[in-house]
Amino acid sequence: MTVAAISRRRDALGGSRTGRARIWLGLLGLLGGLAIAIALSLTLGSNALPFGDVLDVLRGGGSPEARYVVEELRLPRTVTGLVVGAALGAAGALIQAFTRNPLADPGILGVNAGAALAVALGVAFLGMRDIAALVWLAFLGALVVTIAVYVVGSAGRGAADPIRLTLAGVALGAVCSGITTGLTLSDPEAFEHLRSWNAGSLLGRGFDVLLPVLPFVGIAVLGALLLAPGLNAVALGEDIARSQGANLAGIRIGVILAVTVLAGVATALAGPISFIGLMVPHVARWVFGVDQRRILPVSILLAPAIVLLSDVLGRLLIAPAEIPVGIVTAFVGAPVLIALARRAKASAPS
Amino acid sequence: MPDRTTAPSALPTASRLRAEHVSLGYDARPIIAGLSTAIPDGSFTVIIGPNACGKSTLLRGLSRLLSPAAGRVVLDGKAITELAAKDVAKRLGLLPQSAAAPDGITVVDLVARGRYPRQRLLRQWTDADEAAVAEALDATGTRELGPRRVDELSGGQRQRVWVAMVLAQETELLLLDEPTTFLDIAHQIELMELFARLNRQGRTVVAVLHDLNHAARYADHLIAMHDGRVVAEGPPSEVVTSERVEEIFGLPNVVIADPVTGGPLVVPSGLPAARAEADGR
Amino acid sequence: MSTIDRPRLDPGYRRHLIRCGPIAVAVRTRSLAVATALLTVIALLAVAALGLGTYPLAPDAVLDALFGGRDTLDRTVVLEWRLPRTLAACVLGALFAIAGALFQTVTRNPLASPDVLGLSNGAFTGMLLTVVCFSASWPLMTAGSVVGGLATAGLIWGLSRRAAGQSFRLIVIGIGVAAILASANTWMLLEVELDTAMFASAWGAGSLNGVTAGALGGAVVCSLPLVLLLGLLTPGLRQLDLGDDVAGASGSRPARTRAGALLIAVGLVSIATAVAGPVAFIALAAPQIARRLAGAPSLSLTLSALVGAFLLLASDLVAQHLLPVTLPVGVVTVSVGGAYLVAVLIQEIRRRA
Repeated sequence: MTVAAISRRRDALGGSRTGRARIWLGLLGLLGGLAIAIALSLTLGSNALPFGDVLDVLRGGGSPEARYVVEELRLPRTVTGLVVGAALGAAGALIQAFTRNPLADPGILGVNAGAALAVALGVAFLGMRDIAALVWLAFLGALVVTIAVYVVGSAGRGAADPIRLTLAGVALGAVCSGITTGLTLSDPEAFEHLRSWNAGSLLGRGFDVLLPVLPFVGIAVLGALLLAPGLNAVALGEDIARSQGANLAGIRIGVILAVTVLAGVATALAGPISFIGLMVPHVARWVFGVDQRRILPVSILLAPAIVLLSDVLGRLLIAPAEIPVGIVTAFVGAPVLIALARRAKASAPS
Repeated sequence: MPDRTTAPSALPTASRLRAEHVSLGYDARPIIAGLSTAIPDGSFTVIIGPNACGKSTLLRGLSRLLSPAAGRVVLDGKAITELAAKDVAKRLGLLPQSAAAPDGITVVDLVARGRYPRQRLLRQWTDADEAAVAEALDATGTRELGPRRVDELSGGQRQRVWVAMVLAQETELLLLDEPTTFLDIAHQIELMELFARLNRQGRTVVAVLHDLNHAARYADHLIAMHDGRVVAEGPPSEVVTSERVEEIFGLPNVVIADPVTGGPLVVPSGLPAARAEADGR
Repeated sequence: MSTIDRPRLDPGYRRHLIRCGPIAVAVRTRSLAVATALLTVIALLAVAALGLGTYPLAPDAVLDALFGGRDTLDRTVVLEWRLPRTLAACVLGALFAIAGALFQTVTRNPLASPDVLGLSNGAFTGMLLTVVCFSASWPLMTAGSVVGGLATAGLIWGLSRRAAGQSFRLIVIGIGVAAILASANTWMLLEVELDTAMFASAWGAGSLNGVTAGALGGAVVCSLPLVLLLGLLTPGLRQLDLGDDVAGASGSRPARTRAGALLIAVGLVSIATAVAGPVAFIALAAPQIARRLAGAPSLSLTLSALVGAFLLLASDLVAQHLLPVTLPVGVVTVSVGGAYLVAVLIQEIRRRA
């Protein structure tokens, strides 16, 4: 075990030393940041509107042009960003706590590879073009592959071993991505669809797509919050968790279910948006300490803010063209990860 | 400055291995500063001291795993950092704490890895290699374990196999970092007897130990450390005194005569009530 | 060779002692058997690869053409059309596999592969930049990919230099840089024409379609010194298995060995990538397959190389002749390697259950 892991455990045992004032300030900043991100996402773009006009539209007034831009384009896009961000943040925090691996990302369960394969299959063989139908197909693909990963990673002994789960995710993900590449290279139309899907985007997901998935996300986020105390026990090692009375099997199933639904919905809606699930829980840990009861809610608030800001950035950088949000998040997130790894106390997996 | 039982220069015997004013540490954090000591040839030397006093760091410095930031470690009259790694490994063997056996390796193969400093590119397994491995297995009583996998062995067996690996290096100096930790009392004694036997056969043995009484019973030369400094060195009967144990470990104790050997035996004296009083002081 | 009469130590498996002049080594009997079997299979597959195609040849005709037969058309087809590709599959597969074995030994992590240093992504970025900025000519793309791969490796090395010897940190920084490059690649693919994007993606998956005898010759000449150099490092590399402290105490230089092995691995991957593009998964899977075939505790470079050659040759045969559409070989290696890993996991579960 590493020194970092030991100090992590000590923090977890002795409660965080972070002061209350800092937590309240942080929370306030977080909510403020999220509000600003939402406001920016509604106002800025290739066709920037004054914030007053946006407010008018939201109150039910405004010019027809402004109504169109806000109600048809920016509002669905902003809500998509909120849903996707919250789902990715919660999924990332869950999977990192569960595997006790600070580098774990929801993608390791094969979510992205499964969704991509489903999209490729849908376009190539079922002739599907409609984003609304593809969302459900992608969700199905993510679900099937994640369950397969879970079965391969846990069969035989009844319990999912995080290391084997990771391996199974890598292996099945490779098979899926191989088939996807093969399919798309022999079908130009599927290739065309997938290359834009791969970049990750919040564009063009209307409320008809968003509303049906909201209950799933809501229930999964609630479940994630309920799992937090149990995950604190898991952080101390399985034996200690068991001796503290944590229901390990229940926590495992809960985590797998929640991560599958959250990451599956997010990926199906927006494509693979990298680094949010990896980076946000790290930042939450820096500011708010190691208690999962804080990391989870903070991740759920922080991730949508970052997704929205990245999306706004992508709209502005090369306007009138756009950079897809998934690419912006990688360019923002990866340097954070590298800086993290270069810090002297970078936490190694125990 | 605490008194020294014996000054290094006054040692009656020669020392192939000694530290001269060395400073050792990790990154910029020094753990040992300006320490000098010498390992008497042919002795069974044990380094004792509380946790984090620099025992293991000193051993790593003595074995060239850690280069001193200042001063030098001398092996056979030359600074050890100026010797080639393989030359050092032919004269001095070390069993570190962090030894890891590859999954599924067999005992003979693991012990054979100790032949590394004596192998050349095209001569990986000569009769001399085989003889040395056989001898190391015999010396540690592990010959019949030869074909078995290391990960199937018990803790005591595994530790003896690791000792065999260092023995296969055929060095006259043997450095051991906490070799008996995690073993039960019978296996600890078994290993200590093994080291004592190796010492009688002419090897110089240097070990870091936690158990004061084992140190006192088996060593003929003790180095007591505290806070990165050598507090005392000499024969156990002179080093292990009640005052010094309390000074180093902060442990109230009485030292009595070992009923078996007659040497010093440390017995903690703090009864629970008495300790509470001491804390309240 | 000499025989020895005294009873031998029993290492727990059967082995051959080879004594021949200055050479004195011990080799596992099982490893020898596996190597022989692999060589046989590779030879058979090679004959099949040389015979299959739009102008099919029977095995005896292939052998005849190889060993100086008189039919000039057969000779042209076998020696000039098909031999470079077949040999390339063997050589490049071996190079990828050796590099993978080195990465896995050095990081002591069975999931490490050259991709950890962002080599594949960097090579793809370099190639894409060449296509976007200059032209899609083969030599330029090759140059672009090599420069991209090496620049990426250099960048990651530079970023993690302060943490020398901490393979975990190297891996994390590699993941970060690889992710940036992957995003850049996705974006560039979005910006170019569909045809160009598909062509680039096919190359990015790794393909033997454009291999020429000249490129192969260049790869062999460049990699040979590296492989010989590697021979010198091998004993020290094996000591790394025991942990840095034991390795250092037994007279090897862990830090130096590790740096040397990584540099050689980067070199080998760059050479192979320059010829065939970033063929995925061979570097990751071949060493692990070899280890399980041999039942040995350490990764064997020789066996890994043979398995790598076998994997790439077999995958190329599948990609060329068994699938309804012709696909880049990298697509097949990913699927096969992934499926193999799943099989291994299931097997391990059975054993424990």
